[in-house]
Amino acid sequence: MDTLDNRYVIQARNLGIYYGDFKAVTDVNMDIERNKITAIIGPSGCGKSTLLRAFNRMNELVPGARAEGQVFFDGEDLYAKGVDPVEVRHRIGMVFQKPNPFPKSIYENIAWGARIHGFRGNMDKLVEHSLRQAALWDEVKDILHRSGLALSGGQQQRLCIARAIAVQPEVILMDEPASALDPIATLKIEELMQDLKKDYTIVIVTHNMQQAARVSDYTAMMMLVNDGSRAGTVIEFGETTKIFTRPSDKRTEDYVTGRFG
Amino acid sequence: MSASPAPLGPFQDNLPRRHRLGAVWQWIFFAATIIGIFVLSALLLDILNESFGYVALEARVDPDTLAVDGVPLEDLPKEELIRILQDSLSASAFNKLNDEKPFEERSQANVYDLVIERVVKYKVLETWSLWESLIHSDEIRAQAAEEFPQAELRFVSWLTVETIRRPQSSEAVNAGVRTAILGSLWTIAITILVAFPLGVGAAIYLEEYARDDWLNRLIRTNINNLAGVPSIIYGILGLAIFVRALERLTSGAVFGLVNPTTANGRTILSAGLTLALLILPLIIINAQEAIRAVPQSLRKASLGIGATKWQTIWAHVLPNALPGILTGTILAVSRAIGETAPLVVVGASTAISFDPNLFSRFTTLPIQIYQWTSRPQGEWRHLAAAAILILLTLLLSLNATAIVLRNRYTKRF
Repeated sequence: MDTLDNRYVIQARNLGIYYGDFKAVTDVNMDIERNKITAIIGPSGCGKSTLLRAFNRMNELVPGARAEGQVFFDGEDLYAKGVDPVEVRHRIGMVFQKPNPFPKSIYENIAWGARIHGFRGNMDKLVEHSLRQAALWDEVKDILHRSGLALSGGQQQRLCIARAIAVQPEVILMDEPASALDPIATLKIEELMQDLKKDYTIVIVTHNMQQAARVSDYTAMMMLVNDGSRAGTVIEFGETTKIFTRPSDKRTEDYVTGRFG
Repeated sequence: MSASPAPLGPFQDNLPRRHRLGAVWQWIFFAATIIGIFVLSALLLDILNESFGYVALEARVDPDTLAVDGVPLEDLPKEELIRILQDSLSASAFNKLNDEKPFEERSQANVYDLVIERVVKYKVLETWSLWESLIHSDEIRAQAAEEFPQAELRFVSWLTVETIRRPQSSEAVNAGVRTAILGSLWTIAITILVAFPLGVGAAIYLEEYARDDWLNRLIRTNINNLAGVPSIIYGILGLAIFVRALERLTSGAVFGLVNPTTANGRTILSAGLTLALLILPLIIINAQEAIRAVPQSLRKASLGIGATKWQTIWAHVLPNALPGILTGTILAVSRAIGETAPLVVVGASTAISFDPNLFSRFTTLPIQIYQWTSRPQGEWRHLAAAAILILLTLLLSLNATAIVLRNRYTKRF
């Protein structure tokens, strides 16, 4: 394997993803750096979310979905035989587009994940720590036994982030985590991501190019391949400042400057 | 309308017409509701009408002649009542009563009931409905005095505590539904115990585990079809499988409870299993709907933090589907309680005078009602009306209990 380096937590090699006979993503090669935020941008339907879900094998929940190529996580192929997707999802957590807290108390939302993974420590401390990391503690510390669904949309999304953190993953995948939120809640999530990257690696899919420019260290530009196959691929990947100021691909330039897409 | 702007261009002013159409439909829906309520009330009133009213009773032995020294029959001491029984009944009949429960242990009221049942022997000559009894009571009195001079005219409620406590009897005035209630409760308990776990289990498999291939689609379609199969067919199935093929099990012979040579599969166990088959498709379909209604985002949330499929189902899918599953189960069980046809085929008896157990012959309330309404004498119709009230009450209280339990144990967030 080339470029095996502790700098990179996830490395995709010739990754292709199929839904049945339809190839949705083709030929992706990218290295995701540890403790950085990597954004995936591109027009609708180019396979951003599909690629993101391939990183923790959530795609398998779609009937008929399969992947080819490799995704190395800390040097181990996630798609190798004998790798348990349940364990993969434990170490690579996920936050979804629409906030989806469990219909349980705020406390239980955090504690349940830890409990199923056999957490033996002090649960109250873990709940507090996770909520603090998700910048939600001060708002909910007095209502921990109220329903998670009683919170506002932005608070719910931070609760979902706290829930993901509580099982102590290495990577958090975020699928348009702020698209259902208002600008103030969005800002909070973005600030939170900056705090979180000290401890976690974050990969975020976003439609919002300003958001990608604001929060991410690296940006992957995805686009449909120009051969009529309707499969998407990463056409340019690099430091965010470079992608947004001096893109090397004409299509990227058209997209980030708003002339296209 | 003059204030509104003139319609522009290609749009015509049809707003009044659209409002009128809406109002017409609202009336149609309202009328449908009213008709439904009217029909249900008519049904209930008819049953109530039959449950109370005048009866003309003729006693074989006038209770007044049994009075001793001016003390009326119901106030006589127990010893005196026992003497009356001894005098009037044959020795073997008297000894049989003593064998059932020794007279020393019986209460005065109980012995008095025996005297009424065995010696006085009221016979129903004529019955009237509640409506007639209230409106035409004078005519009824006159008619009774003329046609049945010996008879006693009484206003009775066919529905009494005694109706519930007494077993089946050959005389309408002495008959009750105790054995039928116990039969119904036993049967339904077996039905729930078998159909609920099987149905919910199958629904979980079909919704959460089964792949969407042709075989599973075929299974799903056929479960839907099974829910529409007439109940009598299930009765025939129950007769073939539980009563005949599994006779050794359903008769209790396997457990050594009955003599294998006289073993008979027409038991409560067979009936309960047959009804379980009958409502199994209903429970599966309802549970499937409830499981399908749990949002996919919840499953993803759970799987996304590394929960296994089973943990996701147990901790999130089932608790959220439970209210729906229980509602479906309540509906299905209500249907089972009221079923008659399959039990007739499985071999419910109609005259049972002992308390049934798992491996005994049995009757149920709907069977009893069906049997009573088909008798020619009017008094059985009144008794059937009382039994219908009991069945409805039983059904309502079972459902109410289930709903209360459901609301208590499904914590909603």
